[in-house]
Amino acid sequence: MKNPSSKLEHRIILDWIRQYSSVLDLGCGDGELTTLLVQEKQVRAQGIEIDEQAIHECVAQGLSVFQQDIDTGLAEYLDKSFDYVILSQTLQQVKKPDFVLKEALRVGKQTIVSFPNFVYYPARFQIFFRGKVPVTPSLPHEWYETPNLHFLGISDFIEYCTQRKINIKDSAFIRKHKRVRFFPNFFAEIGMFLISDEQRTEA
Amino acid sequence: MTENVGNVGTVETKYYTFGNSPKELTLESGEKREPITLAYETYGKLNQKKSNAILVLHALSGDAHAAGLHKGDKRPGWWDTMIGSEKALDTEKYFVVCSNVLGGCKGSTGPSSTNPKTGKPYGTKFPIITIQDMVSAQRRLIDHLGIDKLLTVIGGSMGGMQVLQWMIYYPDRIGSAIPIATTMKHSPQQIAFNEVGRQAIMADHNWNNGDYYGRSAPDRGLAVARMVGHITYMSDVSMAEKFGRRLKNHGRPFKFGTDFEVEGYLRYRSDNFVKRFDANSYLYITKAIDYFNILNGKKLSKIFKDLKAKVLVLAFKSDWLYPAYQSREIVKACKLAGVDTTYCEINSTYGHDAFLLEIKEETHLIKHFLRTVSNG
Repeated sequence: MKNPSSKLEHRIILDWIRQYSSVLDLGCGDGELTTLLVQEKQVRAQGIEIDEQAIHECVAQGLSVFQQDIDTGLAEYLDKSFDYVILSQTLQQVKKPDFVLKEALRVGKQTIVSFPNFVYYPARFQIFFRGKVPVTPSLPHEWYETPNLHFLGISDFIEYCTQRKINIKDSAFIRKHKRVRFFPNFFAEIGMFLISDEQRTEA
Repeated sequence: MTENVGNVGTVETKYYTFGNSPKELTLESGEKREPITLAYETYGKLNQKKSNAILVLHALSGDAHAAGLHKGDKRPGWWDTMIGSEKALDTEKYFVVCSNVLGGCKGSTGPSSTNPKTGKPYGTKFPIITIQDMVSAQRRLIDHLGIDKLLTVIGGSMGGMQVLQWMIYYPDRIGSAIPIATTMKHSPQQIAFNEVGRQAIMADHNWNNGDYYGRSAPDRGLAVARMVGHITYMSDVSMAEKFGRRLKNHGRPFKFGTDFEVEGYLRYRSDNFVKRFDANSYLYITKAIDYFNILNGKKLSKIFKDLKAKVLVLAFKSDWLYPAYQSREIVKACKLAGVDTTYCEINSTYGHDAFLLEIKEETHLIKHFLRTVSNG
């Protein structure tokens, strides 16, 4: 799924990722971000994607990609076998986000998560005044056709990380191609986090 | 489409004989073999650096004639849809080699070849051969052609087993590998189907313990074996689409003839098969397939540990003979070894035969994969 702020989102991910590192992109789609990382950061990238057509597009771009359901986990990968595991606009679409995130944190030294902020103000207004499930640029689907299975806000995710002692190393919030600095849970349409399950001292 | 048939042109099968003492090929069984001949064909041109060679590995009933047309022939090679100018294995860019396996009956040394010691065909005196032996013989051919490193090895079904064997046995001799619709070890179900085929051959009294050359061959037995094979290569859906329950002779009461179209098809295909295939080769090759187990007690994480090649694994959704889970096991082993791998499960209703028929999808994936490999 393309979202209007994906360009800036990809820029931020590029800034977070070290050159020549190894990256596992979960739900890599047509491989747009993965290709960018290979070209600009010379990363060693591996994508995982469930959709056959998307696999064809990835292969056309020269990417290595597995057709797999990430809800089944990453059992074949050793702990910390990738520098980064990326869940870009993926977490809200998996069946078991808690399990997938645990696996990502286990396999990656660091994990990058981005998701549409379900509770940013246009969504709140639509629920409050129209009394309807919101349809917005970052949540463009009607209820009956959305691939999103889980709805979360930026505050929800931060609270989740705190509860599970997940270390938030960096974060970024986006609305309409711009960074959001204040009250992201209210103003940002996309939340992005660089997290790890390692102790803070290491960072 | 049709104008591209056989676009590599008229081709001829060539022969390479090797293994004269003291350079005999030692088989996996420990037995040493005097001269062995491999029949092979090549398409395209080997470049100056000898870096554009692709080895195509055939399945149970295949042979060296993978593409183009033999003189006077109308039917092209068995993978002509994939090999040729601007096809998946583009002969404008790549030098494609395909050889008949050791144990085969289309020009390579096999049970129907003449035993130099007796002057008669080997029959069941032919030694037991394995997939590893087939690959060892292919390596000699590749040496002979002056190729140090193959750009890729590719094959489906038993061809895929040979690909896996190359990955393990000669990891430094391949730049990439494309195992299609295959497995790391034959399952009991797969062995069982092969055994039915073998029993059909051996139950034919013409088989005569493998000594039938120069007289009536066990054609009925081999035909039944091929029928069983054909059923396992198709899917429920593909058979329903192709034949339905249509009758051949409408309205006639049944007399155990070929009432249904599916019966006619099986008989027609198997009758053609016996004209071109040797029953003893069928026995030997199916045994080689059944014994195939590259794990052989080794850990899944260890088998590809020396492999630097990039790998493209392909499976087909409706293939119930070599189900996708077997391909996923290969992918798992690649992951554990940190091998750069791509895996795609192609949506198809053709069953196991899909690797010969789903040309559009395979072409797309293989073409781009090879481009990445040859640039890298």
